Amino acid sequence: MRSSTAPTELDRPRGREDLHRDRPWLVIVWNDPINLMSYVTYVFQKLFGYPREKAHRLMLQVHNEGRAVVSQGTREKAELDTSRLHAHGLWATMKKDD
Amino acid sequence: MRGPRVRRTRRGTYRLKISRDERDLLRSLPGQLREALETSDPSTERLFPPADPDDAEASSRYRDLVGDQLLEGRLSALDTMEATIDAPELDEEQITAWLTTLNDMRLVLGTQLDVSEDPEPLPRDHPDASRMAVYGYLGWLVSEIVEALSGDRGS
Repeated sequence: MRSSTAPTELDRPRGREDLHRDRPWLVIVWNDPINLMSYVTYVFQKLFGYPREKAHRLMLQVHNEGRAVVSQGTREKAELDTSRLHAHGLWATMKKDD
Repeated sequence: MRGPRVRRTRRGTYRLKISRDERDLLRSLPGQLREALETSDPSTERLFPPADPDDAEASSRYRDLVGDQLLEGRLSALDTMEATIDAPELDEEQITAWLTTLNDMRLVLGTQLDVSEDPEPLPRDHPDASRMAVYGYLGWLVSEIVEALSGDRGS
């Protein structure tokens, strides 16, 4: 996620596209009562290549806090990752970081 | 039957130890799921969540982009499970297809039964008792397959 202290360019007018261009999209997985914890960990490892510990930590975050950001990037990447999560039955949504 | 029911062999295949009764139960599942998908049963909506619940335009763009592909992937997985339902061993692609279909079936059943995280077993005479038992069985089989695929268990 972007840091709020990142430098901003104030001396150049920016169009709407410019303003939004480098803002990443977030892919969020939500807790659900059906998917097994071991299955969710397996899916994070398989889809994103995360090591077991990171996948497990993200799964616990989903389980305990109700949701976790599991990947981020361009809109196209977020759409792709969301669709791969949906193909595996996880409840995933995407939104622009703000 | 004792020991793990799904075991990765040295050749990289997956050996299934499941009884004839279990096979018979599993045999009926891909057809049920296909019918639910093809008739757009409301319980299958769980398999196709909106990409952005706050933005109808974005969700519709997403559905246009990947909706057909998601459906085809699910139908292809259940075709594979149907074709290999009596196989004693599966290759990785086949067992992954089984996992997809078994988990999809859990999601559909769990949605129909409106389950909580740790559902209580239902009394035998409850109208949902047999579906809840299938739901429990599927969860167990999914966890066995995940364990074998995650490499926690070798031959």
